[in-house]
Amino acid sequence: MSATPLLEVEDLSKRFRGLQAVDSVSLTVPKGSIVALIGPNGAGKTTTFNLIAGAIRPDSGRVRLDGADITGLRPDQACHAGIGRTFQLVKPFGALSVLENVTVGALRASADMATARRSAMAILERLGLADKADIPAKSLTLPERKRLETARALATKPKILLLDEVMAGLRPTEIDAMVTTFADLARESGIAILLTEHVMRAVMALAEHIIVLHHGQKICEGTPQQVSRDPAVLECYLGTAAAHA
Amino acid sequence: MLYLNIIVAGLLTGAVYGLMALGLSVIFGVIRVVNFAHGEMMVLAMYAAYVANRKTGIDPLLFLPAATLLLFLLGYALQRGLINRYIARPDHEQFLLLLAIGTIITASLLMGFGPDARNVQLQYAYDSYEIAGVLLDKVRVLAAAGALIGVAALTLFFRFTRTGKAIRACADNQVGAQVVGLDVKRLYAITFGLGAACVGAAGSLLLLLIDVQPYIAPDYTLLGFIIVILGGLGSMSGALLGGLLVGVSEALSGFIIEPSFKSALSFALLILVLLVRPQGLLGRGA
Amino acid sequence: MRETRRRAVALALFAVVMALLPLFVSTYVVSVLIVVLFAAYFGQAWNIVTGFAGQLSLGHALYVGLGAYASAVLFVRFGLPPWLGMIAGMAIAALVGSLIAALSFRFSVTGVYFALLTIAFNEFTRILFDHFGWVGATSGLFLPVANRIRDDLLMLRGSPLMFYYCLLALSLGALGLSHFLLRRRIGYYWQAIREDQEAAEALGIDVFRYKVAAMALSAAMTAVGGAFLAFYDNNLYPDTVFAIGRSVEIITAPIIGGLGTLFGPILGAFVLTTLGEAMTQVSSGFAIDGLKQWCYGAALLLIVALQPAGLWPWLERRLGLAAGRR
Repeated sequence: MSATPLLEVEDLSKRFRGLQAVDSVSLTVPKGSIVALIGPNGAGKTTTFNLIAGAIRPDSGRVRLDGADITGLRPDQACHAGIGRTFQLVKPFGALSVLENVTVGALRASADMATARRSAMAILERLGLADKADIPAKSLTLPERKRLETARALATKPKILLLDEVMAGLRPTEIDAMVTTFADLARESGIAILLTEHVMRAVMALAEHIIVLHHGQKICEGTPQQVSRDPAVLECYLGTAAAHA
Repeated sequence: MLYLNIIVAGLLTGAVYGLMALGLSVIFGVIRVVNFAHGEMMVLAMYAAYVANRKTGIDPLLFLPAATLLLFLLGYALQRGLINRYIARPDHEQFLLLLAIGTIITASLLMGFGPDARNVQLQYAYDSYEIAGVLLDKVRVLAAAGALIGVAALTLFFRFTRTGKAIRACADNQVGAQVVGLDVKRLYAITFGLGAACVGAAGSLLLLLIDVQPYIAPDYTLLGFIIVILGGLGSMSGALLGGLLVGVSEALSGFIIEPSFKSALSFALLILVLLVRPQGLLGRGA
Repeated sequence: MRETRRRAVALALFAVVMALLPLFVSTYVVSVLIVVLFAAYFGQAWNIVTGFAGQLSLGHALYVGLGAYASAVLFVRFGLPPWLGMIAGMAIAALVGSLIAALSFRFSVTGVYFALLTIAFNEFTRILFDHFGWVGATSGLFLPVANRIRDDLLMLRGSPLMFYYCLLALSLGALGLSHFLLRRRIGYYWQAIREDQEAAEALGIDVFRYKVAAMALSAAMTAVGGAFLAFYDNNLYPDTVFAIGRSVEIITAPIIGGLGTLFGPILGAFVLTTLGEAMTQVSSGFAIDGLKQWCYGAALLLIVALQPAGLWPWLERRLGLAAGRR
């Protein structure tokens, strides 16, 4: 295993008109591992994601992916560098079919239409959406849309997958299914995953390493066991973590 | 001195433009619907004033309250009955809907009045005041006064009445407004009615200044947009300011360069504003 | 897939019928069909930037005018064959379109504001040409009508029939191009941008570049139609060629037919032109100004109210041609 982590975030900061949304946050994601970013609402998790993925420009700090500096790149450039991301509120291409949605993603990795479509189909099969390939994305249920979102991001052949509260709104059985999917994915393809989550059940099941944010600052990090016992974490969650675990 | 006369004339006409644009600003600012039939509604009001004048000899200035009421009702009915379903729909569907409405209005007017230009004969059409050496047409002064009163009335309405504040709340945050129990559909209908009322008043006043003909409508819709974007969306004083600016620039460019060039300058201004400061001169920042 | 085969057959049938039609109908009908084909072609071209890429342009008459004037002026002043003049027109239109798009998107002018910007550029250019002496200004530019016995395809001087077949070829070509593009990466990317620009960006799409490209292509295609228009009408006036009314006309057919669909613009063109002609015939009996327009507006209203996605998706399903989605 190589010593350099896949994703290195160094002292990332972002201020929004009087609110320090992200305050000198540093984290690393080793190759092929699953890291979770947790914290109460408003802790700065999605902003951190947006900073890494290029949707927002940081005020200061550095983001490095596989050794290359990707700070401040546009989202499409970040994608070419190897960032794949999903959105908290899913954004399917409604009028396009499920297969076409994923093909759009696959075209990032290969300009040839036939190859892209095959690759897209393979990913759909892996995520259990193959039978819905030709129906319009807008007809999908929420869990299906979440899987589609993931499939699309995966199709771009990223080095790291940024999952933004992908479990939100799902029922326990659906959550378990997603957890299995991601665990298998990471194991089989060696892709790294950085996820933000409120659903502790999923976090505890998936994450090898957890980072806790509160008011834009990192207040704790460690293994799931370490983090769930940390007094600072328990305090900021007021026991919510214990209730969901 | 000649320039001063022209500028003042432009300002006076601009006040009427401002009132017209105010209607557009209110509709777009609150409901987020682009009223492409704005000019057509104004022309409808102009014809209403014309007919009233022909039948009863009433001065368009005095007909103003009636025009305002008529257009308010029309706007309210249109919004409630038809346009409301299209608020969340894509831009091009809204555009087509209002285009269709505008076409029907223009066609109806064509059928009713024919393509020839109509105007009202005013006894005081050639009167003028002279203040500090500047010559002011009485007609323009009266029209401008009417317009300013209209703008003031609407501003007071939004600032001080409960309905007005409720409408502003809707504009700021539709979901929030619904949560606190505001009847958004009714408020939208009132808003559209008010926007139409502005344009009705403006039409009544404009008839004092120009001839009316079914085909002048699109120019005024466009003019309305230029003014609203210039002055800033969501800003009532912006609409007035934009109107005054456009009135003056039209008057000046019409005189300095050529009459047919006056709209060219307005369009150039629009392009500039959209690129450099899209929120307009007085609009809320991006 | 069965539907794809059926669609190909339907299209072939359509092409054959259109090719043979002039043999069986009067010259009046041919001239009406030419109007339909112009509307269909302009609609196809506009569909690319607005239907596929989702950027609403309301000032497309600008490119009609640029294409028309470029080719006409080069012909009248320098005797250049319109097929070459057309290329100049395409280049100018593509440049202007790219500029407008680039400026707008660079400054984040989108949606309704972008639409208004396109109107502003359209109108501004119209007024400019009104004062452009070298091309005739408001007095217009006239193409010499040669007295030739046979059709001159090279110089586009000839009978309406010649123009009919040119326009038919153009429309079918535009259809083919649209179909081709939709199936390739550029078509997928355009639609992604239209559906959700933010998501498209996150998937590696350089949104700015693709939007400008859509505008450039749409403008260039429109300009070609403009050139044919110039040579068909034989006269050009800024106030008709660049008219906002023309911009509105251009977009009505594709919207009625079905924005973003392949056959929408053609269907819309047929429906609207037929409607217009029927109205003219009916109202000429009554001699009432504005009746035709009234019925036109009412028809638009009905379609927007009942079938806002356009007539083609509905027809497609009825004829069993719907290939799952489009």
